[in-house]
Amino acid sequence: MPVSLLEDSSLLAVNVGASSTRAVLFDVVEGQYRFIASGQAPSTADAPYKDVLLGVHQAISNLQAVTGKTLLDQNNQLITPVQGDGSGVDAFAVTLSAGPTLRAVVVGLLAEVSMQSAQRLAETAYLQVIETFGLSDPRKPDEQIDAVLRARPDVIILTGGTDGGASRSVQKIIESVGLACYLMPEEKRPAILFAGNQSLADSVKGSLGKLTPSLHFSPNVRPSLDTEDLAPASRELAQVFSDVRKRQMPGVDQLAAWTGGRILPTAYAEGRIIRFLSQMNGASRGILGVDIGTTAAVVAAGFNGKLTLGVYPQFGLGDNLPGLLQYTDLEAIMRWLPLDIAPSIVRDYLYQRSLYPGTIPATKEDHAIGHAISRQMLYLALREARRNFPPEARLVKKDLMPLFEPILAGGGAVSDAPTPGQSLLLLLDALQPVGITSIILDQNNLLPLLGAAAESNQLMPVQILESGAFMSLGTIVSVISSASYGLPVLRARLTYEDGAEANVEVKFGGLEILPLGMGQTARLSLQPLQRSDIGNGPGRNAAVQVAGGVMGVVIDARGRPLTLPEDPVRRRELFKKWLWSVGG
Amino acid sequence: MLAPVNHILPLTTIERERVLPVSGNVIAKLNQKVSSTDVIAEATWSREHLLIDVARGLNISANAADRLIRVKVNDKVAEGAEIAIGKGVMTRTIRAPRGGRVVAVGGGQVLMETGDASIQLRAGIPGTIVHIIPNRGALIRTVGALIQGTWGNGRIETGLLFNLTENPADVLTASRLDVSLRGSIILAGLIRDAETLRQAAELPVRGLILSSISPGLLPAAQQLRFPILAIDGFGQVPMNSAAYKLLTTNAKRDVTINAEAFNRYTGARPEVIIPLPVSQEPPPPTDVDTLETGQTVRLRRSPHAGEIGTLTKLHPGLSALPSGLRAPAGDVKLENGEQILVPLVNLEIVG
Repeated sequence: MPVSLLEDSSLLAVNVGASSTRAVLFDVVEGQYRFIASGQAPSTADAPYKDVLLGVHQAISNLQAVTGKTLLDQNNQLITPVQGDGSGVDAFAVTLSAGPTLRAVVVGLLAEVSMQSAQRLAETAYLQVIETFGLSDPRKPDEQIDAVLRARPDVIILTGGTDGGASRSVQKIIESVGLACYLMPEEKRPAILFAGNQSLADSVKGSLGKLTPSLHFSPNVRPSLDTEDLAPASRELAQVFSDVRKRQMPGVDQLAAWTGGRILPTAYAEGRIIRFLSQMNGASRGILGVDIGTTAAVVAAGFNGKLTLGVYPQFGLGDNLPGLLQYTDLEAIMRWLPLDIAPSIVRDYLYQRSLYPGTIPATKEDHAIGHAISRQMLYLALREARRNFPPEARLVKKDLMPLFEPILAGGGAVSDAPTPGQSLLLLLDALQPVGITSIILDQNNLLPLLGAAAESNQLMPVQILESGAFMSLGTIVSVISSASYGLPVLRARLTYEDGAEANVEVKFGGLEILPLGMGQTARLSLQPLQRSDIGNGPGRNAAVQVAGGVMGVVIDARGRPLTLPEDPVRRRELFKKWLWSVGG
Repeated sequence: MLAPVNHILPLTTIERERVLPVSGNVIAKLNQKVSSTDVIAEATWSREHLLIDVARGLNISANAADRLIRVKVNDKVAEGAEIAIGKGVMTRTIRAPRGGRVVAVGGGQVLMETGDASIQLRAGIPGTIVHIIPNRGALIRTVGALIQGTWGNGRIETGLLFNLTENPADVLTASRLDVSLRGSIILAGLIRDAETLRQAAELPVRGLILSSISPGLLPAAQQLRFPILAIDGFGQVPMNSAAYKLLTTNAKRDVTINAEAFNRYTGARPEVIIPLPVSQEPPPPTDVDTLETGQTVRLRRSPHAGEIGTLTKLHPGLSALPSGLRAPAGDVKLENGEQILVPLVNLEIVG
């Protein structure tokens, strides 16, 4: 039965990930939405279970055990709305990232125009682009048909032509796509999203309507040569993803029925909440959300309400792990290791873990390898995402991260670290933020669920975000400097609300912490030395009001970009020192 | 908590569905006995397509071209055959540049498939056909020992099993492969170098059952024409004792290796099947079970990856692990007597 999300009502939100399924209950407490509790279970999308509902039921059962609230009836059906005895929930939302990366063919017209937009659109979903072709493709139509057949796509993204512009060339390409679909067995035909010249929509419907199980339309990603608008197509692509999963993955249909038909890809839902926060914030600085999990690394950056979403399955900690060495080398991963571990062990780890992505590290060594890989993956994902950041993203220095406030981080690799300090260090190493920013840990992986809820209930995400359901790691001051290692680069004074002061002189290469607890605020005065830059320009002082967190105020004077010593022994020593600085 | 079951069974009833990737012709008959290498279904698959633009060739409209096209869907046409003949004084003929089958006609164009390749689907396991899947394949049942692995190079073969190992951590070197092993399936341990793979291919052997395989050897192993199966994954992992014991006690028997690629979504796994005679079919294995104390379990992650033990205790709630993480965990007594704490998600049941 379709369920609408009503304000002042309880919401059960479920995130079906590749490794684990989380069920989270939100409810109204004293007039405010609150995160109540979560239940977790291993995901069951894969063999031998092959039914996502098993994991969902288990996660909800675990949630019931924690809260004492009955949510499922005797037949494992969701009780909705809330009953007289207090059982059930008023609304239900689902995000989904489990399952193999979808294979995609991307079709456009001009390489530098629609093709580029189509590629960027594909990056907003759990897709791997296997084949692309456009007007400049030297292959003949029959060769293109064979290329599509060889690609065995789950999804074809069709773009091309500005609105009211070229149509004949687009039609020729559509014809090839149609013939390729015609040649495929019916059960293997891909879903198709058309996001090109809108005057061709009827023609596309006529040509392809009977050749795909799922034909979708969205406004043109390139309505004119100099305008790109990915948002509506990205939203439709999220629907395409859900439709494909409904066909591929037993149990997803039933989940969709509980939500009234709407299941959101987890990355898309995360992007939505980042955009939402960015709209609310309206600040000159962007908001960054990062998530690294089994399926993909996700980077969502919001700038003045505009979202740049990058989904990178190649940097996920699951099936695609062995493929990581196509994007980086073993040395680049090894540089993040605080322990002396042989390269062959790291390489074997990439392969072995891809067999069992749901397993967790039992030893410190195993954990260290996992975190080294996560650092490198997040680092690479951010580098990819930066290519698509808009020009208005404020930069302190070319080739460095833009200024963000705040940075929200989640995903198993980050949120399941043994200590908040380890989560923080992973994020500082991988993201290398600049200026002064706060880092917030989404330790319950609530962000995508709030993104799903935000579709119908905009009050809930705001109140949950303000409720303390997230863990603020603290305020980070990053120092850009060309000073020699060991030279003082920053003097910092933290003046607490009671007038007490903490002073520190930070040397280049160091990581210093000034305590400032969660919920506390203080005045931070910064005096850069050696023409160091803390985001305001070389040598320029700053005095700001800062909020505390579990780590307090962290001054990262290791430089940007972070350059690690070549000598592995020295490097490991430094890592241990930094780890010790953030509490081990 | 539910856990997957890794099958290492001395006697069980095994059913495997074998299907073509495309629609084709099923050759096998219901109740037919098949060997692992018997072809049970076949299909032709066209490697290339050819789009003949008649309208453009004759410089006429698509509708006009459609009226002149002389072939229809499913027609087999030879190279040079007439596809369409133009009208008028200077008539022009459009001919097939290659032989093939017409798959679509319309819009002034003819689409042909050419370069047919045939796909033969082999049984993969020796047994009896118990169900025919029309146009796609069959369900095959057999009884015997079943040992599942983690990596395979996609080949299938049956042969006599020869044990070249002295213990589960043994390393196979090229010098141990002599001509007496030609045509055998070798129970080997680890292989550390490409030279050993080359020597195995030169004999040739019919298959290799490894404990684990170095990732660096995967490209070479993929190219070999005989099956290679790794029981316990990648690197230097010794073979788990349950699989090792079962395989060594079945040496000199005919075994089938189906080195199908591991696919955690479909459940496809490489496996060794050793058909055994029985008077009554034993029960089939279960794929999922609930973790309980007393069960034999296999550890899926370091520091004891691949090892077999007994689950002796399930801890309530979350347990603190040496890694610093907290997770549902249990005590496992390893075969050497050592008792260790293991996160439950790192376990699979052996059965």
